[in-house]
Amino acid sequence: MSKYKHKQGKSNASNLKAQIRQWWWLFLLPVVAAFLIGFVWPFIQGIYLSFCSFKTTSDATLIGFGNYGRALSDPTFVHSFWYSALFAVTSLIFINIPAFAVAYALTQDIKFSNLYRTVFFMPNLIGGIVLGYIWSMIFDGILSHYNTSILLNSTYGFWGLIILICWQQIGYMMIIYIAGLQAIPTDMLEAAEIDGATKAQTLFRVIIPNVMPSITICMFLSITNGFKLFDQNLALTAGQPFIMNPDGTTIKTTEMLALNIFNTFYNSNAASRGTAQAKAVLFFILVAAIGLVQLQFTRKREVQQ
Amino acid sequence: MKSSQRSKTTLSVVLGIICIIYVLPMVVVVLNSFKLNTYVKTDTFAIPTGEMWAGFSNFTKGMTFGNYPFAASAGYSVLITVVSTALILLFTSMAAWFIARVDDKVSRIVYYLCVFSMVVPFQMVMFTLSKTADTLKLNTPWTIPVVYLGFGAGLAIFMFVGFVKSIPLEIEEAAAIDGAGPVKTFFLVVLPMLKPTLISVGILEIMWVWNDYLLPYLVLDRTKYMTIPIHIQFLKGSYGTVDLGATMALILLSIIPVIVFYLLCQKHIIKGVAAGAVKG
Repeated sequence: MSKYKHKQGKSNASNLKAQIRQWWWLFLLPVVAAFLIGFVWPFIQGIYLSFCSFKTTSDATLIGFGNYGRALSDPTFVHSFWYSALFAVTSLIFINIPAFAVAYALTQDIKFSNLYRTVFFMPNLIGGIVLGYIWSMIFDGILSHYNTSILLNSTYGFWGLIILICWQQIGYMMIIYIAGLQAIPTDMLEAAEIDGATKAQTLFRVIIPNVMPSITICMFLSITNGFKLFDQNLALTAGQPFIMNPDGTTIKTTEMLALNIFNTFYNSNAASRGTAQAKAVLFFILVAAIGLVQLQFTRKREVQQ
Repeated sequence: MKSSQRSKTTLSVVLGIICIIYVLPMVVVVLNSFKLNTYVKTDTFAIPTGEMWAGFSNFTKGMTFGNYPFAASAGYSVLITVVSTALILLFTSMAAWFIARVDDKVSRIVYYLCVFSMVVPFQMVMFTLSKTADTLKLNTPWTIPVVYLGFGAGLAIFMFVGFVKSIPLEIEEAAAIDGAGPVKTFFLVVLPMLKPTLISVGILEIMWVWNDYLLPYLVLDRTKYMTIPIHIQFLKGSYGTVDLGATMALILLSIIPVIVFYLLCQKHIIKGVAAGAVKG
């Protein structure tokens, strides 16, 4: 009887499968068509063009690795890479420590914690361009009293962007940490209390090891968000202030990677588009590599648990 | 016990103070949207009283500011966000069901390509994508949702496939035995079960498309169409330095619907955002 049922179930499943497959043009085709237009074709063409000299997509001629050489020897690109890296690491610290602290405080069964959570998360919904404009008004409102501006001093530009990104993302990371903290079994915390563990001991020996998965996610999110940042960077300083090098190149001191690629594509010199596309491929490799490391990290942890 | 109660109260008060500091930037936006332009730079943090008070003049000025009506930008933003989100929800949930249930070579390739697309930054494809969109006349607010469907399919497919795989097959088989074809089964049986994921994906797509600047900036025919972020950035580049008060009024107008939306479906938004954290 059970054998018969099993067989029947299997044939039903394969029957269903065959039936669905007949409707591929309705279920699968629309997404595949849009995906080819919106991702696959531009991606392949992007890889191809990075080996070409071109002004528009139709006048491309293959030139080999020249674009990559030019990209890597471009001082503005190198500057924007290190600037982005410094920004990513700094923002990682300044976002995650407060986010964890707030999440920890909000899970201590205190009054108004829902209201506080609502407030902390709110800036996350505002777009990067609008955020940049709001904060440039605030910073200049303060700095104008000292006869300066966020556009005139690259140190202010850096920390200004850090403050902006903290305001936007602390609430987001807080949500992930709260989910992690709430998943800790209460009997584990009770056991620690019965054993006479102090609050600090419970935090470092019980709580933090248990939320490690959330910490990993948030750290990688901050790093990738830092490297990929564009809108906020454009709206707050757009790379200003600029420094002229003796050799004639202009370094945009607060320009990050994504903005550097954008500026290389859409500056007045259309001949630099090949270099821009090569930069974009290198940027993709960097972001994908961070993603792969993250995958490795989370997999390892799964095995351990 | 008493001391722990007291420390909890202290903690609550401290967090309350931090919260007040946290909303101050919003308060500054509100203050300055009612302030005469000349005072925005010199008295950014002052309450607009007496001679600083601009009434609603910043709002009326802002509407036509920059030779482009703000109402048009807002309208295009709503149109693009609503149509793109609807397209993505409908077509990616259908494709995800196909991928999860048929599970043949083609659907696996599509699935892995989708997962792959999630780690590709927009800068990688922005130049070629905007050219392709131009050639295919996808450069209007009515057609740009196709671009959003294509570039945004990855995360949506990933989330839907994960959920469909957790649904027991028996329910769909029962529907098939009752004589329902795949189309009927999907829309009457599967789609209602997908509701939680539909909400999560919907929230993520709304937030993405509404706030997106670079994709519409590069794809849309900018001589004719703007969205709110493009409009704001355009003002900052030119008119914004001329009239900060009016620009702040527009910023306030663009934030209000977002805040209202957030307060209305806060629970879903927070859940959806947490679910999308996998994207990285």
